[in-house]
Amino acid sequence: MRIIKNQEVVEDEWVLLREAPAAPAANVIVPFADWCEQRDAWLSAGAGVWLSGADSVEELAPALPQLPLIALDFPQFVDGRCYSSARLLRNRYQYQGELRAIGDILRDQLYFMQRCGFDSFELRADRDPQEALQAFAEFSVRYQPAADGAPALFRYR
Amino acid sequence: MYRYDEYDRRLVDERVQQFRAQVQRFLAGELSEAEFRPLRLMNGLYLQRHAPMLRVAIPYGLLSAVQLRMLATIARRFDKGYGHFSTRQNIQYNWPRLEEVPDILEQLAKVEMHAIQTSGNCVRNITADHLAGVAADELEDPRPYCELLRQWSTLHPEFSYLPRKFKIAVTGASRDRAAVQVHDIGLYLVRNAVGELGFRVLVGGGQGRTPYIGLFIREFLERRHLFSYLESILRVYNRLGRRDNKYKARVKILVNAVGLERFTELVEEDWQYTRRPELELPESGLEYMRGFFAAPDYRTDDVDATTLAQWRRETPDFARWMDRNLAAHKAPGYQVVYMPLKAPGEPPGDATAEQMDAIADMAERYSFAEIRVTHDQNLLLAHVHRSQLYELWEQLREQGLATPNLGLLTDMICCPGLDFCSLANAGSIPIAKQINEHFDDLDYLHDIGELSIKMSGCVNACGHHHIGHIGILGVDKRGKEFYQLTLGGDAGNNAAIGARLGPAVPKDVVALTIDQLLQVYLEQRESGERFIDTYRRIGMAPFKERVYADH
Ligand code: SF4
Repeated sequence: MRIIKNQEVVEDEWVLLREAPAAPAANVIVPFADWCEQRDAWLSAGAGVWLSGADSVEELAPALPQLPLIALDFPQFVDGRCYSSARLLRNRYQYQGELRAIGDILRDQLYFMQRCGFDSFELRADRDPQEALQAFAEFSVRYQPAADGAPALFRYR
Repeated sequence: MYRYDEYDRRLVDERVQQFRAQVQRFLAGELSEAEFRPLRLMNGLYLQRHAPMLRVAIPYGLLSAVQLRMLATIARRFDKGYGHFSTRQNIQYNWPRLEEVPDILEQLAKVEMHAIQTSGNCVRNITADHLAGVAADELEDPRPYCELLRQWSTLHPEFSYLPRKFKIAVTGASRDRAAVQVHDIGLYLVRNAVGELGFRVLVGGGQGRTPYIGLFIREFLERRHLFSYLESILRVYNRLGRRDNKYKARVKILVNAVGLERFTELVEEDWQYTRRPELELPESGLEYMRGFFAAPDYRTDDVDATTLAQWRRETPDFARWMDRNLAAHKAPGYQVVYMPLKAPGEPPGDATAEQMDAIADMAERYSFAEIRVTHDQNLLLAHVHRSQLYELWEQLREQGLATPNLGLLTDMICCPGLDFCSLANAGSIPIAKQINEHFDDLDYLHDIGELSIKMSGCVNACGHHHIGHIGILGVDKRGKEFYQLTLGGDAGNNAAIGARLGPAVPKDVVALTIDQLLQVYLEQRESGERFIDTYRRIGMAPFKERVYADH
């Protein structure tokens, strides 16, 4: 599986599990509910966790320094809840690990997602990640701050 | 007025390029209709009954003469020679071709305009008091904040896929002319106890199928925290707003479902973290923006009183126009001149390319090259010196822009309805026509006085029917067009949602029904009372009895 990571197409090192395996393992991304049940075991195994837009990222806060990867699921690309989840993780909780967009991920939303703090993207299977890379270069002007370090223009004019 | 700098220019240019590529991918079958839909909506493009409809943003209703000429050029070149000004201070073209829309956007970009976020589930065009900067009852000009808000909300990465559209209105005046209370967020500039300026913030107003008047969520918000506070409101809404039913997805539904108290708590909780220096509006940023909206160089003389009296005496039509279509200006010697787009027989809000060109010329000659769009679908010249009123009136008359009906019955608000809109249940333009034909006696209209009739072709309420003194809503009853009337709506400081008069009436009797309502008013009014005042005093019953007596 090829994904986009830091604006490059790379081979994925993780396995996304829509349903969790019985025993904690490394390099898997497990559903939030399962992860919550055995939080410490998953953490020490080095697993990642994925959340839906309805899940509360606030609950992850204490575990963030140890979490290597968080994935946020977009069941449909028009469901924008996870843009806010991402900003909470990056801006409020200063999460430093990998933040991945999964689900109905398409080229035309990548720029916004990246600005909200996502740094890796698992595109929908029928889309070409190589071609999608163009999306990151579509805009060179950012009016408002988000999670990508851009300042508010109104502070610098 | 605001002028683009290098950043703004680059952004709209890049947006045009992006959209051109998206249209190409759509036409090549690389983007499905479902995938393309939100992308085109965020560029104001609808696929409509006859052809696409393109909605172009007119930020807070402010246009330069150069921009208006471009709108005329686009109407001629890409449309059928006219445009429709909407209740959100925007302009809509009903006949462009999809393939040509990127070219239209490219032309718009040349005059510092765009169609960004005029539709879609995102923050829409920021609207404002159309008398901003010239009204005597104003604490502070809202336009610098509007422009700052426009920029902050443009391509906001977090809030471009909200549950539903999001509308913000701002006024700095004590009299609300911007229907602030029926917006998702309404902002009143106010002074606090120690004399500082800030915002009184409303949340959860809106029209549509379930209308609500907004609730005050914060009595005083320091101006420097405007963006962080709005971001918190939007974040709470983005996370918790319903996405399963588009009629229950606006923030008003969320606020009412969880209650204002809980909603406020959630916002405050987020705001603790969001109120960061990086979102603070520095005094320098505000000053910079204010510079664009400084008052023009006004003359200090006034018209000679005898000349004015003579014009009025010799030309009663001029006097009548002056009494009806003008508003006060804070600078001595100046007036605001309204140009109602409500000539009998014309669809409300429509202007031809010739009219637009002529208005642009007049604006250059008489009003510092500036034009404004009101949320009542009229245009205005904000700074006309009184010595030039007569000259201007003659030119307006030639263009059919001097109908002395501002604020009167025929100054109706009307959405495009069944004639253009694919969501409509019933026509609204034909009803406007029927009303115009029925009430063609200007003396009678003047006797009736101030009355706002607002009309929508379906529950989406683009024609603001809920807040008309008389509201008219088109409904479909077994394939026939019927009209539901409401009374007592109000868009001002005492904002109110109209109440239903009774069962919907058939198409051919709408004007007649209004006539009956007005009879009751004329019989019962006390001196100085407007229709809405009489209604508030005597209630619904007498009106209802009259209309349904013989049914
Ligand atoms: S109110 Fe309905 S019919 Fe009228 S423009 Fe809006 S969506 Fe169309």
